[in-house]
Amino acid sequence: MMGHEETDVHESREEMESLVLDEPSNGRSSSDNPLLSSASSSFIDRQSPDSSFNTFLDPPSYAEAIFTSFDSSSNGHDESPRLSSNSNPRSSDYLYISVSDPQKEQELSNSLVSGGTTYYTYLITTRTNLPEFGGPGSEFTLRRRFRDVVTLSDRLSESYRGFFIPIRPDKSVVESQVMSKQEFVEQRRVLLERYLRRLAAHPAIRRSEELRVFLEVKGKLPLARSIDVASSVIDGAARLPRQLLGDEAMDVSAKGGRDLLRMFKELKQAMTNDWGGTKPLVVEEDKEFMERKERLVEFEHQLSNVSLQAESLVKSQQDIGETMGELGLAFVKLTKFEMEEALFESQRARATDTKNVATAAVKASRLYRELNAQTVKHLDKLHDYLGIMLAVNNAFADRSSALLTVQTLSSELASLHLRIEKLEAASLKIFGGDRSRIRKIEELKETIRVTEDAKTCAEREYEQIKENNRSELERLDKERHDDFMSMLRGFVVNQAGYAEKMANVWEKLAEETDHL
Amino acid sequence: MITTLMEQQRSVTASSQSPRSPSSQPYLSVSVTDPVKLGNGVQAYVSYRVITRTNLPEYQGPEKIVIRRYSDFIWLRDRLFEKYKGIFIPPLPEKSAVEKFRFSAEFIEMRRQALDIFVNRVASHHELQQSEDLRTFLQADEETMERLRSQETGIFKKKPSDFMQIFKDVQSKVSDVVLGKEKPVEESNPEYEKLKHYIFELENHLAEAQKHAYRLVKRHRELGQSLSDFGKAVKLLGACEGNSLGMAFSELGAKAETLSVKLQKEAHQILMNFEEPLKDYVRAVQSIKATIAERANAFRRHCELAETIKLKEINLNKLSLIRSDRVGEAEMEYNELKAESDEATQTFETIVRLMNEEIVCFQEQKTLDMGTAFHQFAKGQARLANGIADAWRSLLPKLESCSSS
Repeated sequence: MMGHEETDVHESREEMESLVLDEPSNGRSSSDNPLLSSASSSFIDRQSPDSSFNTFLDPPSYAEAIFTSFDSSSNGHDESPRLSSNSNPRSSDYLYISVSDPQKEQELSNSLVSGGTTYYTYLITTRTNLPEFGGPGSEFTLRRRFRDVVTLSDRLSESYRGFFIPIRPDKSVVESQVMSKQEFVEQRRVLLERYLRRLAAHPAIRRSEELRVFLEVKGKLPLARSIDVASSVIDGAARLPRQLLGDEAMDVSAKGGRDLLRMFKELKQAMTNDWGGTKPLVVEEDKEFMERKERLVEFEHQLSNVSLQAESLVKSQQDIGETMGELGLAFVKLTKFEMEEALFESQRARATDTKNVATAAVKASRLYRELNAQTVKHLDKLHDYLGIMLAVNNAFADRSSALLTVQTLSSELASLHLRIEKLEAASLKIFGGDRSRIRKIEELKETIRVTEDAKTCAEREYEQIKENNRSELERLDKERHDDFMSMLRGFVVNQAGYAEKMANVWEKLAEETDHL
Repeated sequence: MITTLMEQQRSVTASSQSPRSPSSQPYLSVSVTDPVKLGNGVQAYVSYRVITRTNLPEYQGPEKIVIRRYSDFIWLRDRLFEKYKGIFIPPLPEKSAVEKFRFSAEFIEMRRQALDIFVNRVASHHELQQSEDLRTFLQADEETMERLRSQETGIFKKKPSDFMQIFKDVQSKVSDVVLGKEKPVEESNPEYEKLKHYIFELENHLAEAQKHAYRLVKRHRELGQSLSDFGKAVKLLGACEGNSLGMAFSELGAKAETLSVKLQKEAHQILMNFEEPLKDYVRAVQSIKATIAERANAFRRHCELAETIKLKEINLNKLSLIRSDRVGEAEMEYNELKAESDEATQTFETIVRLMNEEIVCFQEQKTLDMGTAFHQFAKGQARLANGIADAWRSLLPKLESCSSS
C-alpha cells in the first residue's frame, strides 16, 4: 500500500532536487535525502529535525519534545513507558522476552501419509533475574510453535481463574489466506511477542509455573493439552485440591481425590443432561460488584465506539497526507514543464512560485504521515484495552461459573438429604428394617459427605475468584488511569508538535509568495 | 461580503481606472451581485444583479442596474469571441447540467464570483471594453436581452460537445504537426508550434493540479468530520469514566470538536482562494485553445482564397488573350475575390499580431493571479496549523492537573 506512493514521492524528490540545484541554499535538498533512503516508514530513525526548521522553532518547542520522547520509547520494547517496565518498581526484578527468527519445520508424523505438514517455530529469548527462573541475570532461548502458545493460554485460564489474563493471538486461519505466508508469519511473530510481554507484565502470571516452563524448558512443552474445552467447572474444580490445599499436588490415586473427581464428572454430566442449553440464572449477591460490572459494560461500549472513531480519524489523516503529496507532485511536474518551456520572465517567476508550493506540499505530506504513525501508536492503547475487556469478561465468567458450581452443589446436597428422608420414612414402616433401603441410605450418606467436601472446595474456590476479581479490578483502575492519561497526553503533544511544524512550512511558503 | 482574492485583484485593476476626481479620468466598474433563484423545477435558474458604474459617454448615465442570467453571459462571451478574433476572451464558469438542479449556496456563490471576474476582465481589456455587445449586455432591458439571447445563431449557438469537437480537431492537427505528420493548410511557424504545444500541455498539468486541489478541499472536510465524531465519542467515554480521567477525556473531546469547525472553514477557504483560481487558469487556457482554433480557421481561409486568387488570375490572363467579352465579368469576379482574400489575409494577420500581444499579457497576469492564490493558500494553511497547535497546547496544562490528582 505504501510502496506505490513512496516511489512517486521518490521521483518527485529527485525531480525537486534537480530543480533546487541552482538555488543558493542547498541545505534543504540534502536534508531530504535521509527520507529517500528509508522505504519503510520508520520516521523515528530520523534523529534530528531538518536544520532549516530549527531556525523557525522557538525553544522550548513541543516539536522537540516529541522527538526526544519518542526516540526513547521506540527502541526495543515498543510499549508505553509504564508497561514496558516489566520490572517491579520496588525490587528491580525484570523479565524481558523477545520473539524472533521464524523457521519452517517439518511435522514428524507417524502417519502413512507422505509429505508431512510443515509448521513454523519461533525463537523465544528471555532475560530475567526473577528467582523462579534459576537465579539472577539468567538468559535462555528455545523454540516454540503456535500450538504451544495455545496450550499455555489454556493452562493459564484454568490456573488463574478470576484474573484478567491477557488474551492470546487468534488462530485466524482465514487471514492467512489473504496475505502472503511471510507477512502472516511476521504478523504472528509480532503478536506473540506482544502477548508474552503482557503475560510477563502481569504481577501474578509472571511468576507462574506455566509461563516459566514455556519459556525455559527446552524440547516438547510439558503442559497437558486441553482436550475438553467446556470443562471450566470440572477442570477448575479438579485443580481445587492443589490450589486450596497447598502446592503438593494431591495424590489423585487416593480415594478422596478419586471420589472428588468422579463426583464432579457426574455433576457435569447432570448439568449437561438436565439443562441442555439454558442454565439457571446465577444469582450474584454482591451489589457493589454488580454495579462495577454495569459500569464496565458501559465503559467497554464507549471504548469500542472511540476505537472505531479513532480508526476513522487515522484514515482521514492518512488521506489528507496522501492528497497533499499528490498535489505537491502535480506542482513539481508543472514547475518542470514551465521551466523547460519558458519564453518569458513571468513564466520563470511563476515556476519559482510553483516550485515553492511543491516543496511545501511535499513537506506537509511527510509531516502528516509522521503524525499519523505516531497517532496510531498512541491510539493503539484503546485497542489494547478492548483486549483487556475481553480478559475481564473471562474473569467475570470464571466467577459466574464458580458460583454456579457452589449453587449446584448446594441444591444437589438438598436433594440428597431429601432422598434420605424419604428412604428413612419408608423403611420405618417395615418391621425389622429394610436391608436394601438401609444400604441405600448408607451409600447416600457417603455421597453427601463427598458432596459436602466438594461444596467446601467450591466455596473456597469461589471466594478466591472473588478476591482475584477484586484485586484485579483495583489494578485495572489504576493502570487504566495511568495508561489513558499517558495516551491522551501523548496524543495531544503529538498533534500540537506536528501542527507547529506544519505551520512553519506554510509560513515559509507565505513569505516566499508574498510579492507585494 | 467576503472579499476573495479575485475580487481584491479586480479592485486593484478597477482602481487603476477609478479616478481621484470622479469626472476627469474615464472609468468603467462592474459588479455582479445578489443571486436570486427563480422559476421551478427544470425551468429553475439564477438571476444576478449587474451594476455598472461609469463616466464613459457611450453609457447611459453614471449607474445602471440590470438583471442578467447565466445564458446572457454566454451570449456576451460568444459575441466577443466572434468579433474579437485573436484576443483571449476571458473564460466563463462551466455550464453544469447536474449541479444546476442542486443549486447549492456554495455553487451559486462560486458562479457569481466567476461571472463577476469575467465581466470585469472584459471591462478592463483595452479592446474588449469598447465592444458594443458589452454595452448592450450592461444596459439593455431584460426583454431585449431575452430576444437577443434566443436569436443567437451562427457557429456559437453550439452545444459544449460541438466545442469539444473543434478543440479535438485542433488538438489532433496540432499533435499531427508535433508528431511530424504534416497536413496541408497548416502554418509552419516553429515558434507558433511551440506555443500550441505549450498551451495543450499546460492544460493537462493545470487540470491535474486543480484536481488534487479539489481533493484537498474534500480531505479537509473529511478530517473535520472525523475529528468531530472522534471528539463526540471521547466525550461519551469521559462521561462513563468520571473523576479526573473523565474530565481529561471531556476536554479533549471538546477540543477536537472545536478544531473540526476550523477545518471546515479552511476547506471553504481553499476552495475559494486556491482551487477556484486554478480552475480559472484551466478555463483561460481552454479559451486560448479556442483562439488557436480560430487562427487555424483564418489561416485556412486565407490560404484557400490565396489559391483561388492565383487560379482566377491565371484564368483572367487566359481570358484576356482569347475571349475579351468575358474579361469584364471575370475581372469583377476577380476583384471581389481579391477583396475577400485581402480581408482574409488581414484577419489572419490581425489574429497573429493580437495573439502575440495577448500571450505576453496572459503570462504576466497569470503569474500575478497564481502568486496571490498561492500566498492565500499558504496563509490559510499556516493559520489553520497555528490554530490547531494553539488549541492542543492549551489543553496540556489541564491534562497535567488531571493526572496529578
